[in-house]
Amino acid sequence: MGFKSLWLHRLRSLLTMLGIVFGVASVIAMLAVGEGASQVAQEQIRRLGSKNIIVRSVKPALEQKATGQRSRAIEYGITWEDATRIRSSIPDVEVLVPNRIIRDVVWNTQWRVDGQIVGTVSWYPEMRQLRIIEGRYFTEPEVAGIKNVCVLSINTITDLFPNGSPVGKSVRIGSDYYKVIGIIEDEGGIGTASQSQNFLVQTSETKNTTERRSENLSYQGKMGKRDEGKGPGATPQYRIYIPITAAQKRFGETLVRRTTGTFEAERVELHELIVMVNMENRVEEVARVVDSILQKYHKQRDYELTIPLELLRQAERTKQIFNLVLGTIAGISLLVGGIGIMNIMLATVTERTREIGIRRALGARKRDIILQFLVETIIMSGTGGLMGIGLGLFIPYLITYFASMPTIIRLWSPLVAFGISAGIGIIFGIYPALRAANMDPVEALRHE
Amino acid sequence: MNNCVIKLEDLKKNYKMGSVDIYALRGINMEILEGEFVSIMGPSGCGKSTLLNVLGCLDKPTEGKYYLNGCDISLLDDDTLSDMRCNYLGFVFQSYNLIPQLSVVENIEIPLYYQGVSPNESRKKAIEIASRVGLAERLYHKPTELSGGQQQRVGIARALVNNPLVILADEPTGNLDSKSGKEIMDIFIELHTQGKTIIMVTHDENIARYGERIIRLKDGLIEKDERVLSKIGATT
Ligand SMILES: Nc1ncnc2c1ncn2[C@@H]1O[C@H](COP(=O)(O)OP(=O)(O)OP(=O)(O)O)[C@@H](O)[C@H]1O
Ligand SMILES: [Mg+2]
Repeated sequence: MGFKSLWLHRLRSLLTMLGIVFGVASVIAMLAVGEGASQVAQEQIRRLGSKNIIVRSVKPALEQKATGQRSRAIEYGITWEDATRIRSSIPDVEVLVPNRIIRDVVWNTQWRVDGQIVGTVSWYPEMRQLRIIEGRYFTEPEVAGIKNVCVLSINTITDLFPNGSPVGKSVRIGSDYYKVIGIIEDEGGIGTASQSQNFLVQTSETKNTTERRSENLSYQGKMGKRDEGKGPGATPQYRIYIPITAAQKRFGETLVRRTTGTFEAERVELHELIVMVNMENRVEEVARVVDSILQKYHKQRDYELTIPLELLRQAERTKQIFNLVLGTIAGISLLVGGIGIMNIMLATVTERTREIGIRRALGARKRDIILQFLVETIIMSGTGGLMGIGLGLFIPYLITYFASMPTIIRLWSPLVAFGISAGIGIIFGIYPALRAANMDPVEALRHE
Repeated sequence: MNNCVIKLEDLKKNYKMGSVDIYALRGINMEILEGEFVSIMGPSGCGKSTLLNVLGCLDKPTEGKYYLNGCDISLLDDDTLSDMRCNYLGFVFQSYNLIPQLSVVENIEIPLYYQGVSPNESRKKAIEIASRVGLAERLYHKPTELSGGQQQRVGIARALVNNPLVILADEPTGNLDSKSGKEIMDIFIELHTQGKTIIMVTHDENIARYGERIIRLKDGLIEKDERVLSKIGATT
């Protein structure tokens, strides 16, 4: 019965349903985009390791004004001594991965890339949960033996070895040759030093130096998108891993960086120190201890702490806010859809006043009339909901396809969206239905 | 032998129009027995439709008592009034009042739907009633595809389908020419001979004479209540 009168006004019903269709579709699509984005961010943070604390050397900002000593290299950052101190004084520290990160050109005959040479230890991939794609990673004996071996991150391959697998071949950095023994997964945008500045999480006492940085907390960075070339100290993503001992021996500790017109030398022992804590719930406590140890031996703040676990929590909070905002927008669009339905139903009720009178005269009770109109509204919003689900499942696919943004549709989101649309049918159908039922039958019959 | 189906005691109906009260019915007393065919006549605005609406349980009287089949209507709530209409009453309207979207059978089925009769059974019943009023060929037509006379026959079929105690007709021939009007009256006569109680409002003296009793209203009061001596239906 309900279908019949809706079918009679096909176009009108369809147009009315559109509000719900788009409302539901936008709920699903927005949730999918939000889930996808947060999934990417969380995945990248998880990569950093939820049990890890990452300590990085940063050039202190205050040093700049010392113009007198041009010849002397600026000395800053974490030292081997720091690493030993942390290991020996905190029992909860399980693994320490010291890294040196040097920027240099990597050559394979005529092909070259501007690489990040990471001098590190043999258990680095394990800690960062990086997959070996081909070959193998270097071993402890190779580190101890200062072997000239290297592992390339997969993205360097296209530029450096366009003609087939590099494993077994050699690359040149400066005047040294390194044998390629394996290919490793990319760390992703968030893992590199420049990117993760955007993700800085400070321990309690570090406000002064980091406040300025927190302005960088960009949406793009959050979403794990690459912003190469943008922002200060943007570094290439091409990473070449070599034993840390080799890095120390071949590159020394003084690095020369060419900036506009002048040469700037800096001396950094360790660029990065990854501290793995044995239990997740101790991470924050250990981070505080690490910070206070470092503070004791560093005159200025030339290091920073990143706690992936905290980033993860922050990302979750951001996602909650994101969902709340999206939910509100979607809610408003559904509300508008619902009002559209109510509007049409009120018009329908007026239009069919005579029919209501006839039905009442022939024995329909009030609740029969309520049911009749409510069923119509629910059919309308339900059908709109189903169509919206169809559209809502399709839009994320388009977004992923054209904007290459990851989207994730959770099973509950179409169900919730459909529930809401059916609910809207009831809520916004009740009033017109009541109005229909409460008409005076005699008046209704007289209505033209 | 005949028991009293309808009994009115000093029935009054007022309408409030702003500050003015309009007295549409000003104290009606009457009894209608089972099987009677009563015509109600009177000048325009004398309260005929108002009376019929009260009799049809569509409107409640302002004052006075109305017993339908021994039951005091003024004590009933809205749902029970609906049930009374559904089970005891059949309406025939001047302007047919068919639902244009529904086919002939579907229109006839409406009262059965509200009685809760199963779709199969109600379809069977509707078809049977439709053939009784000569609509067997037109079951699946829409009302707009029928002539006025045919539409009124659908209206009568719809009023009959729930086998009501009383049939209430407000100027059933008002929109029809004399030929189809006569055809409709023939159906009423037939129903009357089968023992149905019929109450019919009309302006037309000749139509009124199809009944066996004429109640003449004037200004909300019964002016005259007379027996019809020479019945047209019987002679022609
Ligand atoms: N809903 C209403 N509100 C106010 N007054 C009404 C209402 N319905 C009827 N009346 C008044 O009650 C009186 C009786 O009206 P009613 O419709 O019963 O007359 P009627 O005898 O059927 O006339 P007609 O022969 O023209 O159909 C009229 O004066 C009318 O104006
Ligand atoms: Mg009238």
